[in-house]
Amino acid sequence: MSTSVSEVLPTNSDEVLSVAASVNFISGSSPAMRRRLLFSRVFAWTCRLATYSALGMLVALLASIFISCAGRLSLDFVRSVNSVDPQEAGILAGLWGTFWLISLTGMMAVPLGVGSAVYLEEYAADSFLNRLIKVNLSNLAGVPSIVYGMLGLTVFVRMFDLFEKPLIISVPGLIRIPLPLGDKVLAGAMTMTLVILPIVIIASQEALRAVPSSIRMASLALGATRWQTIRHQVLPAALPGIVTGVILAISRAIGETAPLIMIGALTVARFCPAGIDSPMKLLTQPHRILQAPLDQFTAMPIEIFHWAKQPGDDFRPVAASGIVVLLMVLLLFNGIAVWIRYRASRGVRW
Amino acid sequence: MPLSRKTASLFQRRSANGHEKVIWASLLSCALISILTTVGIIVVLLGNAVYSPGKSTAFFEEVSVWEFFTDTHWKPAERHSGTELSDSATGKPAGHFGILPLLSGTMMVALVGSMVGVPIGLGAAIYLSEYASPKERDVLKPVLEILAGIPTVVYGFFGLHFITPWILQPVLKHVFGIEIGVFNVTSAGIVVGIMVTPMIASLSEDVLRSVPRSLREAAYALGSTRFDVSMRVVVPAALSGILAAFLLAFSRAIGETMAVTIAGGHKIMLTANPLAEVQTMTAYMVHQSFGDNSASSIQYKSIYAVGLALFSMTLVINIASQWVLRRFREVYQ
Repeated sequence: MSTSVSEVLPTNSDEVLSVAASVNFISGSSPAMRRRLLFSRVFAWTCRLATYSALGMLVALLASIFISCAGRLSLDFVRSVNSVDPQEAGILAGLWGTFWLISLTGMMAVPLGVGSAVYLEEYAADSFLNRLIKVNLSNLAGVPSIVYGMLGLTVFVRMFDLFEKPLIISVPGLIRIPLPLGDKVLAGAMTMTLVILPIVIIASQEALRAVPSSIRMASLALGATRWQTIRHQVLPAALPGIVTGVILAISRAIGETAPLIMIGALTVARFCPAGIDSPMKLLTQPHRILQAPLDQFTAMPIEIFHWAKQPGDDFRPVAASGIVVLLMVLLLFNGIAVWIRYRASRGVRW
Repeated sequence: MPLSRKTASLFQRRSANGHEKVIWASLLSCALISILTTVGIIVVLLGNAVYSPGKSTAFFEEVSVWEFFTDTHWKPAERHSGTELSDSATGKPAGHFGILPLLSGTMMVALVGSMVGVPIGLGAAIYLSEYASPKERDVLKPVLEILAGIPTVVYGFFGLHFITPWILQPVLKHVFGIEIGVFNVTSAGIVVGIMVTPMIASLSEDVLRSVPRSLREAAYALGSTRFDVSMRVVVPAALSGILAAFLLAFSRAIGETMAVTIAGGHKIMLTANPLAEVQTMTAYMVHQSFGDNSASSIQYKSIYAVGLALFSMTLVINIASQWVLRRFREVYQ
């Protein structure tokens, strides 16, 4: 009897439960009722099974990767570049390619995304243009990333084929900018910026919306201008939310492959952009830093794709090792996001 | 929270200096980049697929739209150095350009994906919203988020190196006696389904939870079981949001690239066999971009035509999803 009561009523609504239990209106003895209750319980277990099967898939996914990488993943894997020999291949070039790509993407996507969000949330009146921007944003978020790749290929890499022959703008000893850009880190980063921009904007908008308007009113009442209010009150208050959103968008960019392949990023690269293959070289040879964004590159997910596609099982451990490194980087980023959210939840100011 | 019109106008006057205007203008130009992106996508796709203003010709200026939609073969002739591609008599490029085989590949993967993702996602959403204790939900939701955050190349690896050899091949061989290849629609569809599951689950759970509690209590008071409450009251009340989530997931499955390229295969053919190897629209674009076709070749331009078809499909489905959400929303006070 008690089991049928808990079946009929939600366990988490205690007050309903107590009322119903005292009334005791359920007749578990009628066969029709028993059938309905049995059916209901089967349904509950089906839903539970569905939920836990998703969890099971995650476990299977991670297990298959960790089992495959066993015996191959070592420190040498992150210290060496790609090779045709599965025993020699490493992910160093992809790591540095991703580093430059993501740094540049962040530098472009964060100001543009947060700026757009501030405009939409703090400035935009309900005009046609602003409604258009908002509708457009939700549609952009649903565009497949490979389509952004075609945009990047045409606009950034080839620049509409406007240049009959390649033009190089160079400041001797400092930088050489080829026009059209070609399959360089910069072109990849510009494409990736467009891919994650909708995510950054939508996350930042939510963070800004969560700031109570009383803060704005108080600041304005004290004579601050609109920008002063945003700069000194609203943005600091929304910062944890914005940072979390930005990190999630960056994680998406780290794993994104299709647009990079479309713009023609290298699949097999045995060099790091500008030859910077260790963090020390960033300090000892700073003149190379400017050249790195204009060098060819590969990225971690592209290398993983390449290894996963190799026929036979030789490269399976290599691909799995690459995936482990990629997941570690993602874990690091998401760990930072969780930590920021935790810090912010403790230091709430109102 | 936008300020009220009155407050806004109040300090519009105060901020009517140059500095504030510069900031307003630069923020607006940030926001305009998203519009520019959309315009860019449309211009790039149309400019290479439909009508090219320059001296180069667009895809549909060489291949008829009729052929594109009705021909059942997609065989962009391989480029051989020095050989002339086009048929000299008609001036038409060699090869067949009917998108149906690619479209069928995409649709089959998306359908298998939906068959996996929809029941699991909806089941998980109902469980999380109606059954799970708050503590259980706090554990399960982040797990689903992890599933959503895993890059798609990883899913491709999982499909090709785990689902096919360790699940599909043994099961099909021992139970049905069928041998299947390493690349097949089913494994690609299953991983796409796993990929869209968290999306369906979290979007659906949000709408299920927003159904007012009074509805549930009224149903219980009328003697409903929990099944009746979930499936006959809460789910119908949230149906518009759930359908919108399904549509978004379907559009995501259509646009999914890396997993289907890795697990689905290369063979372009019109088939309805879910155990066959197929190439989807997205996989075709990836494979073509690895080839070193010159920018004036028809193979290169065909990427844009396929891209245009892909973009239009996802756009239509996304708009349909927003329409469903608006049109069939039940509003509760």
